Amino acid sequence: MGNPTASAATASSAALTGALPGRSTGAADGAAETFNYGVVRGFAIMTVVWGIVGMLVGVIIAAQLLWPALNFDIPWLSYGRLRPLHTNAVIFAFGGSALFASSYYCVQRTCQARLFSNVLASFTFWGWNLVIVLAAITLPLGITSSKEYAELEWPIDILITLVWVAYAVVFFGTIAKRRTPHIYVANWFFGAFIITIALLHVVNSAALPIGLTSWKSYSAYPGVQDAMIQWWYGHNAVGFFLTAGFLGMMYYFVPKQAGRPIYSYRLSVVHFWALIFLYMWAGPHHLHYTALPDWTQSLGMVFSLILLAPSWGGMINGMMTLSGAWHKLREDPILKFLIVSLSFYGMSTFEGPMMSIKTVNALSHYTDWTIGHVHSGALGWVAFISIGSMYYLLPRMFGKTQMWSVRLITVHFWIATSGVVLYIAAMWIAGVMQGLMWRATNADGTLTYAFVESVKATYPFYAIRLVGGLLFFSGMLLMAYNTIRTIAGAKPYDAPIPLAGSAPAHG
Amino acid sequence: MLMIPFSVVLVLGIGALFWWSVGSGQFDDLEGPAQRVLADDDTPPLPSNPDAAVDLTHVNSGNH
Repeated sequence: MGNPTASAATASSAALTGALPGRSTGAADGAAETFNYGVVRGFAIMTVVWGIVGMLVGVIIAAQLLWPALNFDIPWLSYGRLRPLHTNAVIFAFGGSALFASSYYCVQRTCQARLFSNVLASFTFWGWNLVIVLAAITLPLGITSSKEYAELEWPIDILITLVWVAYAVVFFGTIAKRRTPHIYVANWFFGAFIITIALLHVVNSAALPIGLTSWKSYSAYPGVQDAMIQWWYGHNAVGFFLTAGFLGMMYYFVPKQAGRPIYSYRLSVVHFWALIFLYMWAGPHHLHYTALPDWTQSLGMVFSLILLAPSWGGMINGMMTLSGAWHKLREDPILKFLIVSLSFYGMSTFEGPMMSIKTVNALSHYTDWTIGHVHSGALGWVAFISIGSMYYLLPRMFGKTQMWSVRLITVHFWIATSGVVLYIAAMWIAGVMQGLMWRATNADGTLTYAFVESVKATYPFYAIRLVGGLLFFSGMLLMAYNTIRTIAGAKPYDAPIPLAGSAPAHG
Repeated sequence: MLMIPFSVVLVLGIGALFWWSVGSGQFDDLEGPAQRVLADDDTPPLPSNPDAAVDLTHVNSGNH
């Protein structure tokens, strides 16, 4: 398993030396002004690299649940330390790189303007990757704030803040110098994602270090308020990082790959504003039946249920873009990735509100159903839309019109789809079974099952989950091979800006 | 709780942005923007692509 990862890394470093942020020539020498593809290229390649790393760690910890001896009694390899490494690597390294690549591409093409600043854009690339490397070192060492999806300690949090401010300056600076009067809807989603993540990160990571020479810090908030702020962050990280950002991707790459305008532009605008107004309030559903006030839990549940409407509006909007051109789905594996990602988006945005209902949550909470739900969103929606978008982007970054092998994309699609289905079906069954076993009581009021009996009963499903994860992971290896063959010997390509001659629409 | 006033301020901010965007005419044309994204041709031109011939044969074989 080490070899493909290593070769992907080698390929990417080869591509990076020629093609990287900071090395792009830009609009110098009086030549036609070009887009900044360098930073897009870097992030697109790193999406593949970090996808492999993050999913490999996922496969390892899935195997550890089946065979606990696989931690070899080495603290750095224990489940509790590798699990946050897995979540950080797939969400922020893989998903984050895909978001950077696609947002930088989309904002430049739709605004017909080069990125606001080459230096700051390069800084976001190197800074973000440094954050990821630091995460990969500190988390196995056990350096953690223990806040879910915000485990990184305060020095790294400060670096994240700097990178994110630079990202915001580059993105909104590019919008400010756009040559088209309208701001395309995908950019609204990307913009909301950037602003909200900045806010969430700064508020949730507020902490007091025990000393300037120590990694250790304590949260600025006490008790249940800390829990509420953590899940206000946690849920909105799902809402804005894993949803709004990737919806931006969807609204650009689905129409582009399908060659058809979005089904209803009006609906996309309604989708955006409805999602933005509603999402912020859903966090308490992570804290049902805890010390959080009851009314707060109910409020979170109600808003979670309402969220179903805009989510499905967006899903239908994306899918119906293919209306009248469904045959394209049969031939085009990139479109398969994009459209199936939308069906997983619809599925998990139905499942999520349902699980936020308190009576359902009483069964599902703390079980593997939650893990199944997360992966239906993370693998089915986030990873599929990212993979589809990267298959669109990667050849264009090297002056090509297609990946090296279209057939290999098709194979990747079917392997990945089988993997997701195995994964989530196993976790659904395991989760419901665990919930039922934990709540079962005998006539005299004693528990029917000891906890360990539910663990034992889960083993077969952990095995199925591992197979599903392995399939998904091997799909990523195919993608890496296809990427290497696509960019091997190809020169980095920076497209000229079609509307370069005309004046900015807004000063 | 801190979150309530915080969220209210945030929603007011989003509301202000919404009024600005409507007032500035961002949503006056709800057909054109969808078309313009497609009008922007981002497919690299063939002359700058020395492997084009090789690529096309490969693509064709992959499409059967």
